[in-house]
Formats: sequence, structure tokens, C-alpha cells
Amino acid sequence: MPLNLDQYVSVHAAALDVRARRGELIANNLANADTPGYQARDIDFRQAMARAAGDKTVGTTLTTTQPGHIGGATSANAATNPDLKYRTPLAPALDGNTVDAQIEQASFAENAVRYQATLTFLNSKFRGLLTAIMGS
Amino acid sequence: MSSFKAFDIAGSGMAAQSVRLNTTASNLANADSVSGTAAGVYKPRHPIFEAVRAQLATHGATAESQPAVRVRGIYESTAPASQRYEPGNPLADTNGYVFAPAVNVVEEMVNMISASRSYQNNVEVMNTSKDLLLATLRLGQG
Repeated sequence: MPLNLDQYVSVHAAALDVRARRGELIANNLANADTPGYQARDIDFRQAMARAAGDKTVGTTLTTTQPGHIGGATSANAATNPDLKYRTPLAPALDGNTVDAQIEQASFAENAVRYQATLTFLNSKFRGLLTAIMGS
Repeated sequence: MSSFKAFDIAGSGMAAQSVRLNTTASNLANADSVSGTAAGVYKPRHPIFEAVRAQLATHGATAESQPAVRVRGIYESTAPASQRYEPGNPLADTNGYVFAPAVNVVEEMVNMISASRSYQNNVEVMNTSKDLLLATLRLGQG
């Protein structure tokens, strides 16, 4: 039975992708912490992972049954580009900015730790493969 | 996929905050620069930040093509200069008044602290992103 390397690491590879994307988003929120009118955004991780796993029921997609149909936002199905959500502000500023620096910092730290956790999972998967190959 | 986007974003944030720090330094340095006329007095400067993504989206580009922050411009405060009666000052006008810029020192100090904290935030983001990328480069090696 041949081993499909893509399937072997698929969940973690997709998770790594979504985590990287989320890190960029939070970095953007932090960079715009003093921009008037800027609204903080975040990724719905559960939805992004469900999309990556090929679950068509999450989010809204258009079905194409005829050649002339337009598929809608096809890129939104990719794991790296899921639907972005706006953060619900706890205390929005008078200038319309909804970035809460502390919340963003906490989210960024959490995201970084989970990214490293995913890296560790991937590393142990590869180590398991190596053990199987070398036999020692 | 560009993993280096986080660096661009944090870098743009650092650049914007350093502009803010520069204007604050200029305002504080000129807080006592008096002038003989109301028009010639130093006007406090403040930057206006703008999210690049929102601006790009209105021009038809994809919404998340290049998220970052940028300084849209620096405006000069229109607050009126305060008059001081200093007849001995060589700069004083015929009535003995000099004009001092409308720099609010407390406000500038608050601006300075806020800018430096935001700058530090961006530096932390950059450091963490760097560590994560380096860990990703080592993937499968240990």
C-alpha cells in the first residue's frame, strides 16, 4: 500500500497555512492600531480548516451546473484565503478604530504558539517516517 | 504564498510610528520658539495614518493584496498661537507681544509614549515572525 505523503501531512500543512495567514492579519491589525477608522479583522479558524478539508457546507459558495455559470468567489475556498471576519470591539475609539492592542497581542502570541505546535506535529510526522525508513 | 508579508506589514507600521515620533520631536523642540508675528510662528505638526488595504480596495485591486499602514500626510495644526507680553524681547511687535506656538506639551508627551509603544509592538511582531519562519525553515531536520 503506497503512502500518500500529501495525505500524511495534509491537516497540519493546511493548519500551518491558516496560522501564517492569521499571523499576517493580526500583524496588520497591530500596524494599524493608530489608524482612524480602521476595523480589526481576524480569521474564523474552524471555518478555514473545514474549507481546507473540503467541506462545502461552510460559508456560501455558488454551484455551477451550466458552462455559462460564474463560480463566485472561488479563491475563498482555498485554505489561505478564507472568509475574513471583523472583530467585535470591546471599547471602540472615538475615531472609529476598533483595534484593541492588548487583545491583538494576546491573539498574536497564541497564534505563534499554535504555529509552533503545528510545526512540532509536522516534525514528529517526518521523524516517524524516517524511523520507518531507517528501521532504527 | 508570501511568508514575508508580516515583515512588510510590521515594517510599514514602524515607519509610520517613527514619522509620528519625528513630528512629536519637532513639536517639542519648537515649543518655545517665539515669533514676532502670529503668521510666522511655528505650527504644531501631526501625521494622519491610513490603512493601505482600504485604499487599494477602492481602486479595484483585491482586498488583501497589500495590507499595511501608511502616512497619508502631515497636517499643521490651525490652533491659534498664544500671545505673551514680553516688551524686553527683541522679537516683540510694536505692542510688546511675542507669539508662542500652540504646542500642548502634555499632549505631545502622550503622543510620544503611544508612538513608542506601538513601535515596540511592531518590533515584537517582526521578531516573532522571524522566529517562526526560521523554525519553518528547519522543518524536518530535527
